[in-house]
Amino acid sequence: MNTTYKKSLAVEGGNFDNAGMASIEIKKILKDLNIHDDILRKTAIAVYESELNIISYARNGRINLIVDDNEISIDVQDEGPGIEDIELAMQPGYSTATEHIRQMGFGAGMGLYNIKSCSDRFEISSTVNVGTHLKIIINRGNNL
Amino acid sequence: MTLGEVVKVLDAKLLVGEDRHLAIEVKTAFSADLMSDVLAFAKSGSLILTGLTTPQVVRTASILDAIALIIVRGKTPPQDTLKLAHELDIPVLSTNYILFETSGRLYANGIVGCVEKIGGINNSKL
Ligand SMILES: Nc1ncnc2c1ncn2[C@@H]1O[C@H](COP(=O)(O)OP(=O)(O)O)[C@@H](O)[C@H]1O
Ligand SMILES: [Mg+2]
Repeated sequence: MNTTYKKSLAVEGGNFDNAGMASIEIKKILKDLNIHDDILRKTAIAVYESELNIISYARNGRINLIVDDNEISIDVQDEGPGIEDIELAMQPGYSTATEHIRQMGFGAGMGLYNIKSCSDRFEISSTVNVGTHLKIIINRGNNL
Repeated sequence: MTLGEVVKVLDAKLLVGEDRHLAIEVKTAFSADLMSDVLAFAKSGSLILTGLTTPQVVRTASILDAIALIIVRGKTPPQDTLKLAHELDIPVLSTNYILFETSGRLYANGIVGCVEKIGGINNSKL
């Protein structure tokens, strides 16, 4: 393969009914692109946790997927409250999730930590009252 | 063991799934009611044991390529959860056993955890 695949999906804040749909769509795309199981799983988890964070905390957001020969790049951008203390938010167990989010089994404070663990490169930036931006890179190894 | 044997051992109802699913070999499982923990620790090709019945459990199982969802404590998932499981081709079992008993019965039959403990990568018994 010597092409670059791109896909951009919108995610609506507060829409818990559809939570996970964007991630499942991205996972299907990656499967069709013959991405290895292990890399597919890491990407799917990182995208899923990112999608849930948009739905849980932001007004709206976008997941931009770019797949080339070397890596899978996921850019997650949202418009929302932003994160005041990123270091604190990254800590496993830290969560401001509401009761509603917890009832669905989320809000354990493991999301950003999981995303980072699944990534080969991870960057997070956020501006309070503007939004949050995640850059997630997962290497494809020799999986061409 | 096969998923069919799992159904027998747990005296479970197969709420979603067909004969072709029952032949699938199962080796590992993960029990949790926190989906973020499932995402952090479960391996693909495992059983997910949980007391949650929301559609998000099915999407979590799908993201992880789980073999099946086992709903414990006799809970019946709502229709939208079952419909989604059907669409995403995730078998769903329901058992009256509590989570501890469900896990114990599977373990006694050779199924082990996806990971043995935190810090270890794989289960040494695999
Ligand atoms: N996109 C976001 N916008 C605003 N706040 C966020 C966002 N993502 C995460 N957070 C904050 O960081 C905390 C930790 O996030 P995370 O690790 O995903 O755990 P959880 O979602 O389970 O709380 C959240 O509780 C929330 O306060
Ligand atoms: Mg989260």
